[in-house]
Amino acid sequence: MTQSILTDIKKAAKKSLKAREDELANTQKQLEILSGDLFVGGELPFFKDKIAETGQFPLKPKKLEVLQINVGYMCNQVCAHCHVDAGPDRQEIMTRETMEQCLEVIRNTGAHTLDLTGGAPEMNPDFRWFVEEASKAGIQDFIVRSNLTIILANKKYHDLPEFFKKHNVHVVSSMPHYTRGKTDKQRGEGVFDKSIKALQMLNKVGYGMPNSDLRLDLVYNPSGAFLPANQAAMEHDFKKALKEDFDIDFHNLFAITNLPISRFLDYLIASDNYEDYMYSLVEAYNPAAVENVMCTNTISVSWDGWLYDCDFNQMLDLKVASKVKHIKDYNDDVLSNRDIIISQHCYGCTAGAGSSCQGTVA
Amino acid sequence: MANSYYDPADLRKFGNITEWSEELGKKFFDYYGKVFEEGALSAREKSLIALAVAHVVKCPYCIDAYTKDGLQRGITKEEMMEAVHAGAAIESGATLVHGVQMMNKYDKLSM
Repeated sequence: MTQSILTDIKKAAKKSLKAREDELANTQKQLEILSGDLFVGGELPFFKDKIAETGQFPLKPKKLEVLQINVGYMCNQVCAHCHVDAGPDRQEIMTRETMEQCLEVIRNTGAHTLDLTGGAPEMNPDFRWFVEEASKAGIQDFIVRSNLTIILANKKYHDLPEFFKKHNVHVVSSMPHYTRGKTDKQRGEGVFDKSIKALQMLNKVGYGMPNSDLRLDLVYNPSGAFLPANQAAMEHDFKKALKEDFDIDFHNLFAITNLPISRFLDYLIASDNYEDYMYSLVEAYNPAAVENVMCTNTISVSWDGWLYDCDFNQMLDLKVASKVKHIKDYNDDVLSNRDIIISQHCYGCTAGAGSSCQGTVA
Repeated sequence: MANSYYDPADLRKFGNITEWSEELGKKFFDYYGKVFEEGALSAREKSLIALAVAHVVKCPYCIDAYTKDGLQRGITKEEMMEAVHAGAAIESGATLVHGVQMMNKYDKLSM
């Protein structure tokens, strides 16, 4: 039974939830599920009540350190766990006008990290222009989240490693496992081989090499309904396997917990894992992780310029609770007074050693 | 009463055994936690041993728990199945080695 549902998901997974007109493409529906019977019945505590136990409600931002900009939801891949519901059929793409508004903020903000994500950010037609302009702003750490396969997807992307190098971009790439089977199951047929090839191309220009300033980090997401184990142990296993099998070097591995939203939520429900997964998240709750959770030092900007506490809240369409809601009106002082919007998906960032776009936090 | 001896949801309540004997329960969970820490053996190796033993003692809770634990640690299904075979080989070996006793007795009783 479960197996046939999973086969159906796999077939459907060639399209986004949005293109399939799935009810979970509706963010309201997702939020209803996340505040559903499991929590209302008192079986599990609401996130709000859990953080109140340690006096951490309402959750407030600290100093802004990371500006994360989502330049569009279009992607060459349709990963089964994608919280963005990204794919080739998504048309939401940041315009140059919005990019200019972002640049204005990048130049004036005290944030030390600029983090470009998507979708496949490279598919935005103004991506290179934006990187060139942003790299002039003197940001300390300039991250592009690249899915790796885009580098091989079309001839016009083959020189991306050189382009990244030229602008001293810090490349952060997803790699769910060092074996083909697990990677392809999550990310699609053939993704593993292409990812390996892309990593070798990045190594070739100097990315990820020991002592190299060209940073290449990998992101590990569990390929199923379980939490990531110890980040350092996973990094050790990834390094050993990728070096021995493919002579690949990289710097750090970030272990990121899958949050129960969008396509991952769809998978959890269809595979009858939702309840157990929420229990696992709540059981692994770590108050120390709340202290450093990424929404406390990050602002997330959507393709159309709206502001969010994080990329996950962006995908749930939970705009910042502030008078300033759009990049064109950006104001550090006003934003720093806001309360961070939370729901039960937030347990994903506070489980175990915590989880953020930069890996564990506790 | 539940109409089944095993309920997957009971695994979550494992910690409750401490409620009826706080001292022993606490000692057990402290010991349990300590055993699976990194040591001369890695936590990963111990997870695979636990999985093999879980099968040998036929504990459905332990099988669920250590399959998930293995997945979390990035242990592959091939590694997991080999661990189960290691457990099964010892278990069947333990049966078969008694065949020597049977042979001894047979020989002793036979002319």
